Amino acid sequence: MSTTPDSIGKFPPNWTRRHLLDLESLSAEEIQLVLDYASRFKEATGGCRTKLSVLAGKTVANLFFENSTRTRTSFSLAARRLGGDTVDFSSSGSSLSKGETFIDTARTIQAMGIDLVVVRHPTPGTPTLLAQNLEVSVINGGDGAHEHPTQGLLDILSIRERRGTIAGLTVAMVGDIAHSRTARSNIWGLKKLGAHVILCGPSTLVSKDWEQFGVEVAYSLDDILPRCDVLNLLRIQFERQYTRPFPSVREYALLYAMNRERLSRAKDDILIMAPGPINRGVEVTPDVADGPHSVILEQVTNGLAIRMAALWLCLGANAKAATESQR
Amino acid sequence: MSRLLIKNGRVIDPSQKLDRITNLLIEDGRIVGLDVPGDSGAECIDATGKIVSPGLIDMHVHLREPGREEDETIATGTASALAGGFTSIACIPNTEPPIDTQGTVEFIHHQAARADNCNVYVVACVSKNREGKELAELGQLVKAGAVAFSDDGAPVFDAELMRRAFEYCLMFDKPILNHCEVRELTRGAVMHEGTVSMVLGLAGMPSAAEDVMTSRDIALAAATGGRIHIMHVSTSGSVDLIRRAKTRGVRVTTEVCPHHFTLTDECLRSFDSNYKMSPPLRSQQDVDACIAGLQDGTIDVICTDHAPHALEKKMRELDQAPFGIVGLETCLPLVVTQLIQPGILDWPTAIEKLTINPARILGIPKGTLQVGADADVTIIDPDVEWTLDPQKMRSLSKNTPFGGWKLRGAADTVIVGGRVKFKRAV
Repeated sequence: MSTTPDSIGKFPPNWTRRHLLDLESLSAEEIQLVLDYASRFKEATGGCRTKLSVLAGKTVANLFFENSTRTRTSFSLAARRLGGDTVDFSSSGSSLSKGETFIDTARTIQAMGIDLVVVRHPTPGTPTLLAQNLEVSVINGGDGAHEHPTQGLLDILSIRERRGTIAGLTVAMVGDIAHSRTARSNIWGLKKLGAHVILCGPSTLVSKDWEQFGVEVAYSLDDILPRCDVLNLLRIQFERQYTRPFPSVREYALLYAMNRERLSRAKDDILIMAPGPINRGVEVTPDVADGPHSVILEQVTNGLAIRMAALWLCLGANAKAATESQR
Repeated sequence: MSRLLIKNGRVIDPSQKLDRITNLLIEDGRIVGLDVPGDSGAECIDATGKIVSPGLIDMHVHLREPGREEDETIATGTASALAGGFTSIACIPNTEPPIDTQGTVEFIHHQAARADNCNVYVVACVSKNREGKELAELGQLVKAGAVAFSDDGAPVFDAELMRRAFEYCLMFDKPILNHCEVRELTRGAVMHEGTVSMVLGLAGMPSAAEDVMTSRDIALAAATGGRIHIMHVSTSGSVDLIRRAKTRGVRVTTEVCPHHFTLTDECLRSFDSNYKMSPPLRSQQDVDACIAGLQDGTIDVICTDHAPHALEKKMRELDQAPFGIVGLETCLPLVVTQLIQPGILDWPTAIEKLTINPARILGIPKGTLQVGADADVTIIDPDVEWTLDPQKMRSLSKNTPFGGWKLRGAADTVIVGGRVKFKRAV
């Protein structure tokens, strides 16, 4: 790997993960470490705008089995900002349509000499299976309703930037918890860093079973609103369900849309977040999405910072493991 | 005249409440007698330290032929059965084409005869083409030799058709074997619905999907006087329903697979498709209920639901991979390791659920060592310890979650119709 600028510092000896598959298995220290390095990369690149060369000679493959523009672009830009090359492989739906297993697809791409695979797939666990079957590093870019670790990390970084810390904050995830990988990654990450997490949404989309993990479950946004420091508004994923989980979008918006009236009953410094894409008028009204409490665009910038850190850390751990195995 | 003497084994035959160390004589393919002297001039097998059981019966096997010979054939499936200690199996009709005509039943019998491994009994379809719309020609199928009816893989979802099937089968005294699952509740699901599926973001099959149909089938059997056999029970709710129905005198029987008394949904955390089956691996509470059902007799039968799938199919994403695992060669050792060794079941009770109970449900003259019976005998080594290497299994498919498991107990010698068809390599 090329020399790392002083502002980033040496590769952290306590980071040993070649893959970033989920936040459930990360320790609080590991999460803090990624956040810290993301902040350093953000600063060293003038807010994720200028280039470094720490990943020169490395190639990152975006292996996307599900439509995505935002996450794929974010990973590509992050790799290029660090001087790496990227290659995109997209296939809508499963590789099944071509009669090839997804593991074969990934092995084919690996054989082209890439160093890291970012995988997005509609099926939970696919990144885990790839990590078991490939030599290269794997970063989960979202697997079904399971996890989206870089999204969770960028949400947490955005909160930390505004508030300085996560511990003690009350963060509500609002909406379609059942089908949200963003919710799961946030739950694990926020809990580990000491936040109080509330899951809020219609009872068909929020399971009471989450309570056993020390999470609060609420059905009424109005009830919890005055206590919240952060609201993360999740999109209703109609495409992932067979029957409608609520009678109408109108009824959902009446109960859960974050609008000016609700904002007036919230804390003065409440942060409004959304992982996007947002359905304006459903989860959030335009005036709130674009208003002073919104950190939605900061989330996007922080996505680059988190992905730079994740790429650098996983590739570094893989290089370290390779050197050690040669000894 | 061929004579074979099995000497000094612990002969366990629940059909005669027999459990003692003695000699068993076979002549011309039939059981001739017990307690014969050891010097009767016959060819001898020394069974000292071993268990001599009626040939084991697995009433729930997917042989895949015709139609999916890349997964299993009748020849490889029956070879796998022998290696697992089974002398008779019943094959399930979800083949391509399904077994819903006399011709297909006869094809199975012919292929089984050509393979010349173990006995194969045919479970035929309840409905034409397994579509659940109209009854298959059950009378013709009985004539061809079908021993029971099932649309397994697909539940008989139409309650009216199920009722008719029960009523119509009264003429033949054949049981209906149903896979109980309300499909509206399991769309897109790959595992048990519970905390684990919630955390993994995988669509789950609620226990209620099984219990609702178990309950329906019990009610229909009670109303018609028909015979229902609930396949591969997996929930505490269904075990309870069956227990209560039996006390009321409903003609209901049931079976459980080794994976449902051994593993839980926690296994899915590995995302390994060898833990994907239907019904799914459920919670510890459900495992405990299955074990209690085995102990108190609510669960009559241990079966495998042997479901071979070629590697390339199981290597797919978890939601694309097919349901099911192979089981013929792991059933007996899992019974020993998980039930007998920990003292959950004693040997006679376990053997009863692997021999005479399935024989009675299917109405076949097997599962006994009574004088005059077909000489199907399984000699079991109860103490041998070994590690499962899936590549060494006889089944064409290797989709088992038990690879690398240290197991105890194995079939040592398997005799079908008086002939030694399998001998375990030492």
